[in-house]
Amino acid sequence: MKKSQLPAPLGELAADNGRSRGHHSLVEGLAFGLLRLSMLLVIAAIFFIFYDIFSKGVGMISWEFITAMPRRGMTEGGIWPAVLGTVYITLITAAASVPVGVFAAIYLNEYAKKNMFTRVIRLSIRNLAGVPSIVYGLFGVALFVRALELGTSLLSAGLTLGLLTLPVTITASEEALKAVPDSFREGALALGATKWQAIRTNVIPSALPGIITGMILGISRAAGETAPILFTGAAFYLASLPNSLSSRFMALPYHLFIMSTQHHSIEKVRPIAYGTALVLIGLVVTMNMSAILLRAHYRKKMRG
Amino acid sequence: METNLVIQVKKLNLYYGKFQALKEVNMEISRQEVTALIGPSGCGKSTFLRTLNRLNDLIDSVQIDGSVSIDGKNIYDKSCDVVALRKKVGMVFQKPNPFPKTIYENVAYGPRVHGIRERKKLDVIVEKSLREAALWDEVKDDLNRSALRLSGGQQQRLCIARVLAVEPDVVLMDEPTSALDPIATQKIEDLIRELKEKFTIVIVTHNMQQAARVSDSTAFFLNGEVLEMGDTEIMFTRPLDQRTEDYITGKFG
Repeated sequence: MKKSQLPAPLGELAADNGRSRGHHSLVEGLAFGLLRLSMLLVIAAIFFIFYDIFSKGVGMISWEFITAMPRRGMTEGGIWPAVLGTVYITLITAAASVPVGVFAAIYLNEYAKKNMFTRVIRLSIRNLAGVPSIVYGLFGVALFVRALELGTSLLSAGLTLGLLTLPVTITASEEALKAVPDSFREGALALGATKWQAIRTNVIPSALPGIITGMILGISRAAGETAPILFTGAAFYLASLPNSLSSRFMALPYHLFIMSTQHHSIEKVRPIAYGTALVLIGLVVTMNMSAILLRAHYRKKMRG
Repeated sequence: METNLVIQVKKLNLYYGKFQALKEVNMEISRQEVTALIGPSGCGKSTFLRTLNRLNDLIDSVQIDGSVSIDGKNIYDKSCDVVALRKKVGMVFQKPNPFPKTIYENVAYGPRVHGIRERKKLDVIVEKSLREAALWDEVKDDLNRSALRLSGGQQQRLCIARVLAVEPDVVLMDEPTSALDPIATQKIEDLIRELKEKFTIVIVTHNMQQAARVSDSTAFFLNGEVLEMGDTEIMFTRPLDQRTEDYITGKFG
Protein backbone atom coordinates (compact mmCIF):
# COMPACT_ATOMS: atom_id res chain seq x y z
CA MET A 1 0.00 0.00 0.00
CA LYS A 2 1.33 3.43 -0.92
CA LYS A 3 1.46 6.20 1.65
CA SER A 4 -1.12 8.22 -0.20
CA GLN A 5 -3.64 5.40 -0.01
CA LEU A 6 -3.58 5.31 3.78
CA PRO A 7 -6.18 7.26 5.72
CA ALA A 8 -4.78 10.60 6.80
CA PRO A 9 -3.60 9.84 10.36
CA LEU A 10 -1.95 6.59 9.36
CA GLY A 11 -0.23 8.31 6.44
CA GLU A 12 1.27 10.86 8.83
CA LEU A 13 2.42 8.10 11.10
CA ALA A 14 4.19 6.35 8.27
CA ALA A 15 5.91 9.56 7.22
CA ASP A 16 7.00 10.20 10.79
CA ASN A 17 8.46 6.71 11.01
CA GLY A 18 10.49 7.31 7.92
CA ARG A 19 11.94 10.51 9.30
CA SER A 20 13.04 9.10 12.67
CA ARG A 21 14.19 5.69 11.59
CA GLY A 22 17.81 6.78 11.30
CA HIS A 23 17.73 8.36 14.73
CA HIS A 24 16.14 5.29 16.33
CA SER A 25 18.64 2.87 14.89
CA LEU A 26 21.49 5.06 16.14
CA VAL A 27 20.15 5.00 19.72
CA GLU A 28 19.50 1.30 19.43
CA GLY A 29 23.02 0.70 18.18
CA LEU A 30 24.57 2.76 20.99
CA ALA A 31 22.55 1.03 23.69
CA PHE A 32 23.34 -2.36 22.30
CA GLY A 33 27.01 -1.53 22.01
CA LEU A 34 27.10 -0.34 25.62
CA LEU A 35 25.48 -3.55 26.86
CA ARG A 36 27.87 -5.66 24.85
CA LEU A 37 30.87 -3.69 26.11
CA SER A 38 29.83 -4.23 29.74
CA MET A 39 29.56 -7.93 29.17
CA LEU A 40 32.95 -8.07 27.45
CA LEU A 41 34.54 -6.20 30.36
CA VAL A 42 33.22 -8.76 32.83
CA ILE A 43 34.37 -11.68 30.75
CA ALA A 44 37.76 -10.06 30.15
CA ALA A 45 38.30 -9.53 33.88
CA ILE A 46 37.38 -13.14 34.71
CA PHE A 47 39.50 -14.42 31.87
CA PHE A 48 42.49 -12.34 32.95
CA ILE A 49 42.30 -13.54 36.58
CA PHE A 50 42.03 -17.15 35.52
CA TYR A 51 44.79 -16.81 32.99
CA ASP A 52 47.15 -15.11 35.43
CA ILE A 53 46.62 -17.65 38.20
CA PHE A 54 46.58 -20.63 35.88
CA SER A 55 49.72 -19.70 33.96
CA LYS A 56 51.71 -18.95 37.10
CA GLY A 57 50.30 -21.72 39.26
CA VAL A 58 49.97 -24.69 36.95
CA GLY A 59 53.69 -25.44 37.11
CA MET A 60 53.39 -26.10 40.84
CA ILE A 61 50.47 -28.50 40.61
CA SER A 62 51.40 -32.11 41.19
CA TRP A 63 50.14 -34.93 43.35
CA GLU A 64 53.10 -34.24 45.60
CA PHE A 65 52.18 -30.53 45.98
CA ILE A 66 48.62 -31.33 47.04
CA THR A 67 49.35 -34.25 49.35
CA ALA A 68 52.65 -33.35 51.00
CA MET A 69 53.28 -31.43 54.22
CA PRO A 70 55.03 -28.05 53.90
CA ARG A 71 58.74 -28.21 54.60
CA ARG A 72 61.54 -25.84 55.57
CA GLY A 73 59.44 -22.96 56.89
CA MET A 74 56.86 -23.49 54.15
CA THR A 75 59.35 -22.66 51.40
CA GLU A 76 59.14 -26.19 50.05
CA GLY A 77 56.83 -29.13 50.03
CA GLY A 78 53.07 -29.17 49.65
CA ILE A 79 49.87 -27.71 51.01
CA TRP A 80 48.13 -30.86 52.30
CA PRO A 81 47.23 -29.48 55.78
CA ALA A 82 45.58 -26.45 54.16
CA VAL A 83 43.63 -28.60 51.70
CA LEU A 84 42.46 -30.92 54.44
CA GLY A 85 41.63 -28.01 56.76
CA THR A 86 39.50 -26.36 54.10
CA VAL A 87 37.69 -29.62 53.38
CA TYR A 88 36.99 -30.16 57.11
CA ILE A 89 35.87 -26.60 57.65
CA THR A 90 33.59 -26.76 54.62
CA LEU A 91 31.92 -29.92 55.94
CA ILE A 92 31.36 -28.33 59.36
CA THR A 93 29.99 -25.20 57.72
CA ALA A 94 27.56 -27.30 55.71
CA ALA A 95 26.48 -29.32 58.72
CA ALA A 96 25.88 -26.14 60.69
CA SER A 97 24.12 -24.01 58.11
CA VAL A 98 22.18 -26.40 55.87
CA PRO A 99 19.63 -27.76 58.38
CA VAL A 100 19.11 -24.44 60.15
CA GLY A 101 18.92 -22.55 56.86
CA VAL A 102 16.44 -24.92 55.24
CA PHE A 103 14.23 -25.16 58.30
CA ALA A 104 14.21 -21.40 58.79
CA ALA A 105 13.27 -20.94 55.13
CA ILE A 106 10.46 -23.50 55.41
CA TYR A 107 9.14 -21.74 58.48
CA LEU A 108 9.31 -18.30 56.87
CA ASN A 109 7.77 -19.29 53.58
CA GLU A 110 5.25 -21.93 54.60
CA TYR A 111 4.20 -21.30 58.19
CA ALA A 112 4.88 -17.70 59.24
CA LYS A 113 2.06 -15.23 58.73
CA LYS A 114 2.74 -12.47 56.28
CA ASN A 115 2.89 -9.52 58.65
CA MET A 116 5.17 -6.73 59.81
CA PHE A 117 7.13 -9.06 62.07
CA THR A 118 8.09 -11.52 59.34
CA ARG A 119 8.90 -8.65 56.99
CA VAL A 120 11.35 -7.30 59.56
CA ILE A 121 12.89 -10.76 60.01
CA ARG A 122 13.26 -11.18 56.28
CA LEU A 123 14.81 -7.74 55.91
CA SER A 124 17.26 -8.49 58.72
CA ILE A 125 18.33 -11.70 57.02
CA ARG A 126 18.93 -9.86 53.75
CA ASN A 127 20.98 -7.28 55.62
CA LEU A 128 23.03 -9.95 57.39
CA ALA A 129 24.14 -11.13 53.97
CA GLY A 130 25.80 -7.75 53.52
CA VAL A 131 27.68 -7.67 56.82
CA PRO A 132 31.47 -7.70 56.20
CA SER A 133 33.00 -11.09 56.90
CA ILE A 134 35.51 -9.69 59.38
CA VAL A 135 32.57 -8.71 61.57
CA TYR A 136 31.42 -12.32 61.51
CA GLY A 137 34.94 -13.24 62.53
CA LEU A 138 34.82 -10.99 65.60
CA PHE A 139 31.35 -12.23 66.47
CA GLY A 140 32.64 -15.80 66.20
CA VAL A 141 35.43 -14.99 68.66
CA ALA A 142 32.97 -13.46 71.11
CA LEU A 143 30.35 -16.22 70.87
CA PHE A 144 32.05 -19.50 70.03
CA VAL A 145 35.65 -19.02 71.15
CA ARG A 146 34.97 -17.09 74.36
CA ALA A 147 31.37 -17.35 75.55
CA LEU A 148 30.83 -20.99 74.60
CA GLU A 149 34.46 -21.78 75.39
CA LEU A 150 35.06 -23.76 72.21
CA GLY A 151 38.46 -22.16 71.87
CA THR A 152 40.20 -21.45 68.58
CA SER A 153 39.27 -24.63 66.78
CA LEU A 154 37.79 -26.26 63.70
CA LEU A 155 34.39 -26.18 65.42
CA SER A 156 34.49 -22.45 66.25
CA ALA A 157 35.65 -21.55 62.75
CA GLY A 158 33.13 -23.88 61.10
CA LEU A 159 30.26 -22.47 63.13
CA THR A 160 31.37 -18.93 62.34
CA LEU A 161 31.42 -19.70 58.64
CA GLY A 162 28.05 -21.42 59.10
CA LEU A 163 26.64 -18.15 60.44
CA LEU A 164 28.15 -16.31 57.50
CA THR A 165 26.46 -18.63 55.01
CA LEU A 166 23.14 -18.71 56.83
CA PRO A 167 21.64 -15.60 55.17
CA VAL A 168 22.58 -17.01 51.76
CA THR A 169 21.16 -20.46 52.46
CA ILE A 170 17.94 -19.08 53.97
CA THR A 171 17.37 -16.66 51.11
CA ALA A 172 18.16 -19.24 48.42
CA SER A 173 15.92 -21.86 50.05
CA GLU A 174 13.11 -19.38 50.47
CA GLU A 175 13.31 -18.33 46.83
CA ALA A 176 13.25 -22.00 45.82
CA LEU A 177 10.19 -22.65 47.99
CA LYS A 178 8.50 -19.53 46.66
CA ALA A 179 8.94 -20.81 43.13
CA VAL A 180 6.87 -23.92 43.89
CA PRO A 181 3.39 -23.22 42.52
CA ASP A 182 0.61 -22.91 45.10
CA SER A 183 -1.33 -25.51 43.15
CA PHE A 184 1.08 -28.18 44.47
CA ARG A 185 0.20 -27.18 48.03
CA GLU A 186 -3.53 -26.83 47.46
CA GLY A 187 -3.67 -30.02 45.44
CA ALA A 188 -2.10 -32.00 48.25
CA LEU A 189 -4.15 -30.33 51.01
CA ALA A 190 -7.35 -30.89 49.05
CA LEU A 191 -6.55 -34.62 49.06
CA GLY A 192 -6.51 -34.55 52.84
CA ALA A 193 -2.78 -34.25 53.36
CA THR A 194 -1.72 -32.38 56.48
CA LYS A 195 0.27 -29.23 55.94
CA TRP A 196 3.53 -30.92 56.88
CA GLN A 197 2.77 -33.89 54.61
CA ALA A 198 2.11 -31.52 51.73
CA ILE A 199 5.34 -29.67 52.40
CA ARG A 200 7.44 -32.78 52.90
CA THR A 201 6.20 -34.88 50.01
CA ASN A 202 5.24 -32.25 47.49
CA VAL A 203 6.76 -28.85 48.13
CA ILE A 204 10.28 -29.73 49.28
CA PRO A 205 10.98 -32.24 46.48
CA SER A 206 10.06 -29.58 43.93
CA ALA A 207 12.18 -26.96 45.65
CA LEU A 208 15.13 -29.28 46.26
CA PRO A 209 17.18 -28.44 43.14
CA GLY A 210 17.01 -24.73 44.00
CA ILE A 211 17.75 -25.39 47.66
CA ILE A 212 20.78 -27.55 46.91
CA THR A 213 22.12 -25.04 44.41
CA GLY A 214 21.83 -22.27 46.97
CA MET A 215 23.54 -24.40 49.61
CA ILE A 216 26.51 -25.21 47.43
CA LEU A 217 26.95 -21.64 46.24
CA GLY A 218 26.80 -20.39 49.83
CA ILE A 219 29.24 -22.99 51.10
CA SER A 220 31.65 -22.53 48.22
CA ARG A 221 31.78 -18.86 49.09
CA ALA A 222 32.52 -19.74 52.71
CA ALA A 223 35.31 -22.07 51.60
CA GLY A 224 37.20 -19.10 50.20
CA GLU A 225 36.73 -16.79 53.21
CA THR A 226 39.72 -15.76 55.31
CA ALA A 227 38.53 -13.15 57.76
CA PRO A 228 36.00 -15.25 59.72
CA ILE A 229 38.52 -18.04 60.38
CA LEU A 230 41.41 -15.72 61.10
CA PHE A 231 40.69 -15.35 64.82
CA THR A 232 38.54 -18.42 65.33
CA GLY A 233 40.87 -21.30 64.54
CA ALA A 234 43.06 -20.94 61.45
CA ALA A 235 46.78 -21.25 62.11
CA PHE A 236 49.84 -19.78 60.42
CA TYR A 237 51.62 -23.11 60.45
CA LEU A 238 51.01 -26.44 62.14
CA ALA A 239 53.35 -29.38 62.08
CA SER A 240 50.53 -31.89 62.48
CA LEU A 241 47.14 -32.42 60.88
CA PRO A 242 43.98 -31.56 62.83
CA ASN A 243 42.71 -34.66 64.64
CA SER A 244 39.57 -33.44 66.39
CA LEU A 245 36.92 -30.74 66.29
CA SER A 246 38.90 -28.79 68.87
CA SER A 247 42.14 -28.79 66.84
CA ARG A 248 43.43 -25.70 65.18
CA PHE A 249 43.90 -26.02 61.45
CA MET A 250 45.43 -24.55 58.31
CA ALA A 251 43.18 -23.45 55.44
CA LEU A 252 43.74 -22.64 51.78
CA PRO A 253 42.59 -19.00 51.78
CA TYR A 254 44.57 -18.16 54.92
CA HIS A 255 47.58 -20.05 53.62
CA LEU A 256 47.36 -18.02 50.44
CA PHE A 257 47.19 -14.81 52.45
CA ILE A 258 50.31 -15.83 54.39
CA MET A 259 52.23 -16.92 51.34
CA SER A 260 51.51 -13.71 49.47
CA THR A 261 51.90 -11.15 52.27
CA GLN A 262 53.21 -12.55 55.57
CA HIS A 263 55.96 -14.99 54.73
CA HIS A 264 59.59 -14.08 55.55
CA SER A 265 60.74 -14.70 51.99
CA ILE A 266 57.78 -13.77 49.87
CA GLU A 267 59.60 -13.75 46.55
CA LYS A 268 60.79 -17.29 47.08
CA VAL A 269 57.37 -18.72 47.92
CA ARG A 270 55.53 -16.84 45.16
CA PRO A 271 55.04 -20.03 43.08
CA ILE A 272 53.58 -21.81 46.10
CA ALA A 273 51.15 -18.91 46.57
CA TYR A 274 50.02 -19.21 42.95
CA GLY A 275 49.73 -22.97 43.26
CA THR A 276 47.61 -22.53 46.39
CA ALA A 277 45.40 -19.98 44.61
CA LEU A 278 44.90 -22.38 41.73
CA VAL A 279 43.92 -25.25 44.04
CA LEU A 280 41.49 -22.98 45.90
CA ILE A 281 39.91 -21.70 42.71
CA GLY A 282 39.74 -25.27 41.41
CA LEU A 283 37.93 -26.34 44.55
CA VAL A 284 35.41 -23.51 44.41
CA VAL A 285 34.80 -23.87 40.67
CA THR A 286 34.29 -27.61 41.11
CA MET A 287 31.69 -27.00 43.81
CA ASN A 288 29.89 -24.39 41.71
CA MET A 289 29.94 -26.60 38.63
CA SER A 290 28.51 -29.50 40.60
CA ALA A 291 25.73 -27.18 41.78
CA ILE A 292 24.93 -26.31 38.18
CA LEU A 293 25.04 -29.93 37.02
CA LEU A 294 22.91 -31.06 39.94
CA ARG A 295 20.29 -28.45 39.15
CA ALA A 296 20.24 -29.40 35.48
CA HIS A 297 19.90 -33.06 36.42
CA TYR A 298 16.95 -32.46 38.76
CA ARG A 299 15.24 -30.14 36.30
CA LYS A 300 15.40 -32.79 33.63
CA LYS A 301 14.14 -35.42 36.03
CA MET A 302 11.27 -33.19 37.11
CA ARG A 303 10.10 -32.61 33.57
CA GLY A 304 10.25 -36.35 33.00
CA MET B 1 -35.93 -36.48 50.31
CA GLU B 2 -34.59 -35.34 53.68
CA THR B 3 -32.09 -38.21 53.93
CA ASN B 4 -30.87 -37.42 50.46
CA LEU B 5 -29.29 -34.14 51.52
CA VAL B 6 -25.52 -34.19 51.72
CA ILE B 7 -24.62 -30.56 52.11
CA GLN B 8 -26.66 -27.99 53.92
CA VAL B 9 -25.45 -24.41 54.01
CA LYS B 10 -27.12 -21.93 56.33
CA LYS B 11 -26.63 -18.17 56.49
CA LEU B 12 -23.06 -18.37 55.32
CA ASN B 13 -21.14 -15.08 55.31
CA LEU B 14 -17.55 -14.82 54.22
CA TYR B 15 -15.26 -11.80 54.44
CA TYR B 16 -11.86 -11.16 52.91
CA GLY B 17 -10.73 -8.58 55.46
CA LYS B 18 -13.49 -5.96 55.21
CA PHE B 19 -14.83 -7.09 51.85
CA GLN B 20 -17.86 -9.35 52.11
CA ALA B 21 -17.59 -12.00 49.39
CA LEU B 22 -20.55 -14.19 50.40
CA LYS B 23 -23.81 -12.86 51.84
CA GLU B 24 -26.28 -15.00 53.74
CA VAL B 25 -25.89 -17.97 51.44
CA ASN B 26 -28.33 -20.82 51.97
CA MET B 27 -28.08 -23.96 49.90
CA GLU B 28 -29.02 -27.60 49.95
CA ILE B 29 -27.20 -30.12 47.81
CA SER B 30 -28.53 -33.60 47.18
CA ARG B 31 -26.66 -36.86 47.01
CA GLN B 32 -25.58 -38.19 43.63
CA GLU B 33 -26.60 -35.10 41.81
CA VAL B 34 -24.61 -32.57 39.86
CA THR B 35 -25.05 -29.05 41.15
CA ALA B 36 -23.78 -26.24 38.97
CA LEU B 37 -22.75 -22.85 40.35
CA ILE B 38 -22.98 -20.11 37.76
CA GLY B 39 -22.60 -16.36 37.78
CA PRO B 40 -20.33 -13.59 36.51
CA SER B 41 -16.65 -13.41 37.48
CA GLY B 42 -16.05 -12.27 41.04
CA CYS B 43 -19.57 -13.17 42.20
CA GLY B 44 -18.32 -15.55 44.87
CA LYS B 45 -19.01 -18.96 43.35
CA SER B 46 -15.41 -20.21 43.55
CA THR B 47 -15.09 -18.76 47.04
CA PHE B 48 -18.25 -20.60 48.00
CA LEU B 49 -16.94 -23.85 46.53
CA ARG B 50 -13.79 -23.52 48.61
CA THR B 51 -15.79 -23.12 51.81
CA LEU B 52 -17.08 -26.67 51.28
CA ASN B 53 -13.65 -28.25 51.88
CA ARG B 54 -12.33 -25.38 54.00
CA LEU B 55 -9.64 -24.50 51.51
CA ASN B 56 -10.28 -20.85 52.35
CA ASP B 57 -8.62 -21.57 55.69
CA LEU B 58 -5.32 -21.09 53.87
CA ILE B 59 -5.96 -17.38 53.47
CA ASP B 60 -5.17 -15.45 56.64
CA SER B 61 -7.66 -12.64 56.13
CA VAL B 62 -10.75 -14.83 55.63
CA GLN B 63 -13.51 -14.77 58.23
CA ILE B 64 -16.58 -16.95 58.10
CA ASP B 65 -19.85 -17.17 59.98
CA GLY B 66 -22.91 -19.29 59.44
CA SER B 67 -22.81 -23.06 59.05
CA VAL B 68 -21.96 -25.66 56.44
CA SER B 69 -23.18 -29.12 57.37
CA ILE B 70 -22.01 -32.18 55.53
CA ASP B 71 -23.88 -35.35 56.46
CA GLY B 72 -25.36 -33.43 59.36
CA LYS B 73 -22.08 -32.25 60.88
CA ASN B 74 -21.05 -28.60 60.82
CA ILE B 75 -17.62 -28.52 59.22
CA TYR B 76 -16.84 -25.17 60.83
CA ASP B 77 -17.21 -26.67 64.31
CA LYS B 78 -14.03 -26.62 66.36
CA SER B 79 -14.18 -30.41 66.63
CA CYS B 80 -14.15 -30.88 62.84
CA ASP B 81 -11.17 -32.82 61.52
CA VAL B 82 -10.14 -30.88 58.41
CA VAL B 83 -8.02 -33.74 57.08
CA ALA B 84 -10.98 -36.16 57.27
CA LEU B 85 -13.22 -33.51 55.72
CA ARG B 86 -10.93 -33.03 52.73
CA LYS B 87 -10.67 -36.78 52.27
CA LYS B 88 -14.44 -36.92 52.08
CA VAL B 89 -14.81 -33.78 49.94
CA GLY B 90 -12.34 -33.89 47.07
CA MET B 91 -11.50 -31.04 44.71
CA VAL B 92 -10.56 -30.64 41.07
CA PHE B 93 -9.00 -27.31 40.20
CA GLN B 94 -9.41 -24.89 37.33
CA LYS B 95 -5.98 -25.47 35.90
CA PRO B 96 -4.91 -29.12 35.83
CA ASN B 97 -2.36 -29.38 38.64
CA PRO B 98 -0.65 -32.76 38.41
CA PHE B 99 2.30 -33.06 40.78
CA PRO B 100 5.73 -33.36 39.13
CA LYS B 101 5.73 -37.09 39.73
CA THR B 102 4.82 -40.14 37.71
CA ILE B 103 1.22 -40.92 36.75
CA TYR B 104 1.22 -43.74 39.30
CA GLU B 105 2.62 -41.55 42.08
CA ASN B 106 0.03 -38.86 41.40
CA VAL B 107 -2.88 -41.23 41.87
CA ALA B 108 -1.25 -43.01 44.79
CA TYR B 109 -0.49 -39.71 46.54
CA GLY B 110 -3.79 -39.47 48.43
CA PRO B 111 -3.93 -43.09 49.59
CA ARG B 112 -0.29 -42.87 50.67
CA VAL B 113 -0.80 -39.80 52.87
CA HIS B 114 -3.75 -41.63 54.40
CA GLY B 115 -1.45 -44.44 55.41
CA ILE B 116 -1.73 -47.09 52.70
CA ARG B 117 1.77 -48.45 52.10
CA GLU B 118 1.19 -51.88 50.59
CA ARG B 119 2.16 -51.91 46.94
CA LYS B 120 -0.54 -54.37 45.92
CA LYS B 121 -3.31 -52.33 47.51
CA LEU B 122 -1.99 -49.19 45.87
CA ASP B 123 -1.85 -50.95 42.49
CA VAL B 124 -5.51 -51.85 42.81
CA ILE B 125 -6.52 -48.33 43.84
CA VAL B 126 -4.51 -46.72 41.04
CA GLU B 127 -6.05 -48.92 38.37
CA LYS B 128 -9.58 -48.51 39.72
CA SER B 129 -9.27 -44.74 39.98
CA LEU B 130 -7.78 -44.36 36.51
CA ARG B 131 -10.56 -46.51 35.08
CA GLU B 132 -13.19 -44.44 36.85
CA ALA B 133 -11.61 -41.30 35.42
CA ALA B 134 -11.65 -42.83 31.91
CA LEU B 135 -7.89 -42.53 31.61
CA TRP B 136 -6.72 -46.12 32.18
CA ASP B 137 -6.71 -47.22 28.55
CA GLU B 138 -4.58 -44.25 27.53
CA VAL B 139 -1.92 -44.61 30.23
CA LYS B 140 -1.91 -48.22 31.42
CA ASP B 141 1.32 -49.11 29.60
CA ASP B 142 3.10 -46.06 30.86
CA LEU B 143 2.24 -45.51 34.51
CA ASN B 144 5.81 -44.52 35.34
CA ARG B 145 5.86 -41.69 32.86
CA SER B 146 5.88 -38.13 34.25
CA ALA B 147 2.36 -36.78 34.62
CA LEU B 148 3.59 -33.50 33.15
CA ARG B 149 4.01 -35.23 29.79
CA LEU B 150 0.26 -35.81 29.46
CA SER B 151 -1.97 -33.49 27.43
CA GLY B 152 -4.06 -30.89 29.28
CA GLY B 153 -7.22 -32.97 29.06
CA GLN B 154 -5.43 -36.10 30.24
CA GLN B 155 -3.87 -34.14 33.08
CA GLN B 156 -7.30 -32.99 34.23
CA ARG B 157 -8.64 -36.56 34.14
CA LEU B 158 -5.56 -37.61 36.09
CA CYS B 159 -6.42 -34.98 38.70
CA ILE B 160 -9.93 -36.42 38.85
CA ALA B 161 -8.47 -39.92 39.27
CA ARG B 162 -6.26 -38.58 42.04
CA VAL B 163 -9.33 -37.30 43.87
CA LEU B 164 -11.29 -40.52 43.32
CA ALA B 165 -8.39 -42.54 44.78
CA VAL B 166 -9.16 -41.26 48.27
CA GLU B 167 -12.80 -42.39 47.85
CA PRO B 168 -14.58 -39.13 48.53
CA ASP B 169 -18.35 -38.68 48.78
CA VAL B 170 -18.39 -35.25 47.25
CA VAL B 171 -16.29 -33.97 44.37
CA LEU B 172 -15.90 -30.20 43.97
CA MET B 173 -14.90 -28.96 40.54
CA ASP B 174 -13.74 -25.40 40.01
CA GLU B 175 -14.20 -24.63 36.30
CA PRO B 176 -12.54 -27.94 35.43
CA THR B 177 -12.71 -27.44 31.66
CA SER B 178 -11.87 -23.75 31.32
CA ALA B 179 -8.29 -24.55 30.29
CA LEU B 180 -9.25 -27.35 27.89
CA ASP B 181 -10.19 -27.64 24.22
CA PRO B 182 -13.74 -28.69 23.17
CA ILE B 183 -12.90 -32.37 22.73
CA ALA B 184 -11.18 -32.68 26.09
CA THR B 185 -14.08 -30.73 27.59
CA GLN B 186 -16.58 -33.19 26.19
CA LYS B 187 -14.66 -36.10 27.69
CA ILE B 188 -14.74 -34.46 31.12
CA GLU B 189 -18.46 -33.76 30.77
CA ASP B 190 -19.15 -37.40 29.84
CA LEU B 191 -17.11 -38.36 32.85
CA ILE B 192 -19.09 -36.08 35.16
CA ARG B 193 -22.33 -37.74 34.03
CA GLU B 194 -20.86 -41.16 34.83
CA LEU B 195 -19.41 -40.10 38.15
CA LYS B 196 -22.68 -38.85 39.53
CA GLU B 197 -23.81 -42.48 39.78
CA LYS B 198 -21.45 -42.73 42.74
CA PHE B 199 -20.53 -39.23 43.82
CA THR B 200 -22.14 -35.92 44.62
CA ILE B 201 -20.67 -33.28 42.35
CA VAL B 202 -20.58 -29.51 42.73
CA ILE B 203 -19.20 -27.71 39.71
CA VAL B 204 -18.41 -24.06 39.11
CA THR B 205 -18.69 -23.13 35.47
CA HIS B 206 -18.65 -20.05 33.27
CA ASN B 207 -20.14 -22.00 30.45
CA MET B 208 -23.96 -21.86 30.40
CA GLN B 209 -24.24 -24.74 27.98
CA GLN B 210 -22.05 -26.84 30.23
CA ALA B 211 -24.27 -26.12 33.23
CA ALA B 212 -27.33 -27.01 31.17
CA ARG B 213 -25.72 -30.19 29.82
CA VAL B 214 -24.31 -31.75 32.96
CA SER B 215 -26.18 -30.46 35.99
CA ASP B 216 -29.37 -31.45 37.77
CA SER B 217 -29.60 -28.31 39.88
CA THR B 218 -28.17 -24.87 39.32
CA ALA B 219 -27.45 -21.98 41.65
CA PHE B 220 -27.05 -18.49 40.26
CA PHE B 221 -24.65 -16.24 42.18
CA LEU B 222 -24.55 -12.47 41.89
CA ASN B 223 -22.43 -10.17 44.05
CA GLY B 224 -21.98 -12.79 46.73
CA GLU B 225 -25.64 -13.76 46.98
CA VAL B 226 -27.49 -16.75 45.65
CA LEU B 227 -30.23 -15.11 43.61
CA GLU B 228 -31.88 -18.26 42.47
CA MET B 229 -31.44 -21.97 42.88
CA GLY B 230 -33.37 -24.90 41.58
CA ASP B 231 -33.84 -27.55 38.97
CA THR B 232 -31.53 -26.86 36.04
CA GLU B 233 -34.17 -27.41 33.39
CA ILE B 234 -36.60 -25.02 35.01
CA MET B 235 -33.93 -22.45 35.66
CA PHE B 236 -32.82 -22.44 32.04
CA THR B 237 -36.33 -22.31 30.62
CA ARG B 238 -38.38 -20.34 33.15
CA PRO B 239 -36.07 -18.47 35.54
CA LEU B 240 -37.87 -16.64 38.34
CA ASP B 241 -35.61 -13.62 38.50
CA GLN B 242 -35.16 -11.25 35.59
CA ARG B 243 -31.42 -10.96 36.37
CA THR B 244 -31.02 -14.73 36.11
CA GLU B 245 -32.64 -14.65 32.71
CA ASP B 246 -30.45 -11.74 31.62
CA TYR B 247 -27.31 -13.63 32.65
CA ILE B 248 -28.32 -16.94 31.12
CA THR B 249 -29.26 -15.36 27.83
CA GLY B 250 -25.97 -13.46 27.76
CA LYS B 251 -27.18 -9.90 28.39
CA PHE B 252 -24.37 -9.45 30.92
CA GLY B 253 -21.59 -11.47 32.41
